[in-house]
Amino acid sequence: MVTLKKSLNLLAAVIFTASSVFSYAQTNAQNLEKSIEETEQSVAETLEAAEEANHEHPIVEKTQAQKVQDHITHHLADDYSFVFFSDEAEGKNYGFSLPVILIDNGLKVFMSSEFDYGKKVVEKDGQFYKLYHGKIYKTDAAGTIDYDDTHHPTNEKPLDFSITKNVASLLFTTALIFVMFLGLAKTYKNGANNLPKGFARALEPMVLYVRDEMAIPNIGKDKYRKFMPYLLSVFFLIFLLNLLGLTPLGFNVTGSISVTACLAIFTFIITQFSANKDYWKHIFWMPGVPVPMKIMLAPIEILGALIKPFSLMVRLFANITAGHSVVFGLIAIIFVMKEALGTGGAIGIGFFLSTFLVFLEILVAFLQAFIFTMLSSLFIGMAVAEHEHDEAHH
Amino acid sequence: MELPNIIGAGLIVIGAGYGLGKIGSSAMDAIARQPEAAGKIQTAMIIIGALLEGLAFGALILGK
Amino acid sequence: MDKLINDFSFGLFFWQFIILLVVVFVLGKFAWKPIVNALEAREEGIADALAAAENAKREMANLKADNEKLLVEARAERDALLKEAREIKDQMIADAKGEAEAQGQKLIAQAKAVIETEKAAAVSELKNQVSSISIEIAEKLLKDQLADKEAQSKLVEKMLDEVKLN
Repeated sequence: MVTLKKSLNLLAAVIFTASSVFSYAQTNAQNLEKSIEETEQSVAETLEAAEEANHEHPIVEKTQAQKVQDHITHHLADDYSFVFFSDEAEGKNYGFSLPVILIDNGLKVFMSSEFDYGKKVVEKDGQFYKLYHGKIYKTDAAGTIDYDDTHHPTNEKPLDFSITKNVASLLFTTALIFVMFLGLAKTYKNGANNLPKGFARALEPMVLYVRDEMAIPNIGKDKYRKFMPYLLSVFFLIFLLNLLGLTPLGFNVTGSISVTACLAIFTFIITQFSANKDYWKHIFWMPGVPVPMKIMLAPIEILGALIKPFSLMVRLFANITAGHSVVFGLIAIIFVMKEALGTGGAIGIGFFLSTFLVFLEILVAFLQAFIFTMLSSLFIGMAVAEHEHDEAHH
Repeated sequence: MELPNIIGAGLIVIGAGYGLGKIGSSAMDAIARQPEAAGKIQTAMIIIGALLEGLAFGALILGK
Repeated sequence: MDKLINDFSFGLFFWQFIILLVVVFVLGKFAWKPIVNALEAREEGIADALAAAENAKREMANLKADNEKLLVEARAERDALLKEAREIKDQMIADAKGEAEAQGQKLIAQAKAVIETEKAAAVSELKNQVSSISIEIAEKLLKDQLADKEAQSKLVEKMLDEVKLN
């Protein structure tokens, strides 16, 4: 079952990476057909109007597949406002805007609604800011954006500490965790034999699971207690963020590289700072091998120590990103294949496939939290192990 | 995405798939031989699978 | 890779860092530690309770064995006591019997002796009386019949014979 899941995951990753190829193909096919509705054309034009004025590109109509691609990219990227759904025909977005906090010659705080989803240039204390493709750039009064050869903006970016969509989601999830676990902790106030009631009863076995399946086997019975706060925090944070990412709220927190990088760096720092002499000896002066080998092994071991958190970061990011892309792609079948399959057929197939995949993603949500915590505790366990061990370094 | 990248991604997936297949089959063999150790074997299998997965994803992302 | 580096947002990283620190430390102090400690305490409590139950069971078994031993001892003691008592009783009865017999014998002997002496006394008194009466009679007779000497001696003899018969 698990093997099947892994291969499906990889399949998902492949689909994700290859999806751009498919979308090109579909673009060509659909360009030939020229069967796009008038309203969509006009929307595409109005949406791009601002950009197109600056770019000196001919106006291209966005096909359905391209729009899906854009939507997925947009979902995977961070945003300055929480948009639940948008009405393309009228160009309206339903949601709420979030505060933007910039540090650029002093603190500047304003609501992201002032950007009007990138259509307006915001002026604060004589400095102009423009929202372009999900990022804030410094610009002039006209909102000029300069590009380099590869079509990336070269405008300067201010230091950005905005409460973006991901930060807001993070705060929400953290609040949820606080409510859940302070509640659980409260049940033990009147003695350890008080059994939790209601929802907390479901949390207790999970805490036990983290302790008995991850912390104790990997770190050891005497030392695991010190690391439990971190392991539990990470496990429940990732698990909840993953699960909430599957709801229609549109969270994609664990699928953004900054978040996973932060988590991985935490694991790395904790591993290095709790490491004992044995661990450092294994890295810099591997015992039991001849001296030339010791010199050769040291850089490899150092590289290994750095690759461990990197793989943690990439694994979580890629799994969640791939999952979200594929779910979105399957939902998009409803729109893309409407003509080929008929409305009912497209909805049926899209619905069936995406439901199936969402169930798989629930498994992935748990599994990735499990793997991250498991590997974190494994790395910590390697660093604090007392005895000489010969586990495979990778 | 350019053609060499696509071919590279394909190669990565072939390698990762082969590796996962090996892990899975060995784990199945081990479980069949010692059903009472199934839990431990499964955990070890998942960890190795995750390491492999991290490698594959890392390669896919670096190549993208 | 370019895209990843491009996607990296320092703001999000910063917030995640702060939030993770808060979760680890604040929740660590107010939730994780109490929860983990409570779970451990409960497990220890359960283990202790199990051990205590085991101990109690063992003690119970010991107690039961002790009780049985005591019971056997008590029974033996009781039997011994009963036996002793019975022996004492028999002895007492035998003693009493012997004593009573001896007493009776003694009493009988005494009575016999008394009777003997009484009898002897009575006989001697009777003899005395008889002799005095005989003397009186003899006196009278003597007085009467002293005249007749022959008659006198005949009478005396006759009377003596009569006395002997008595």
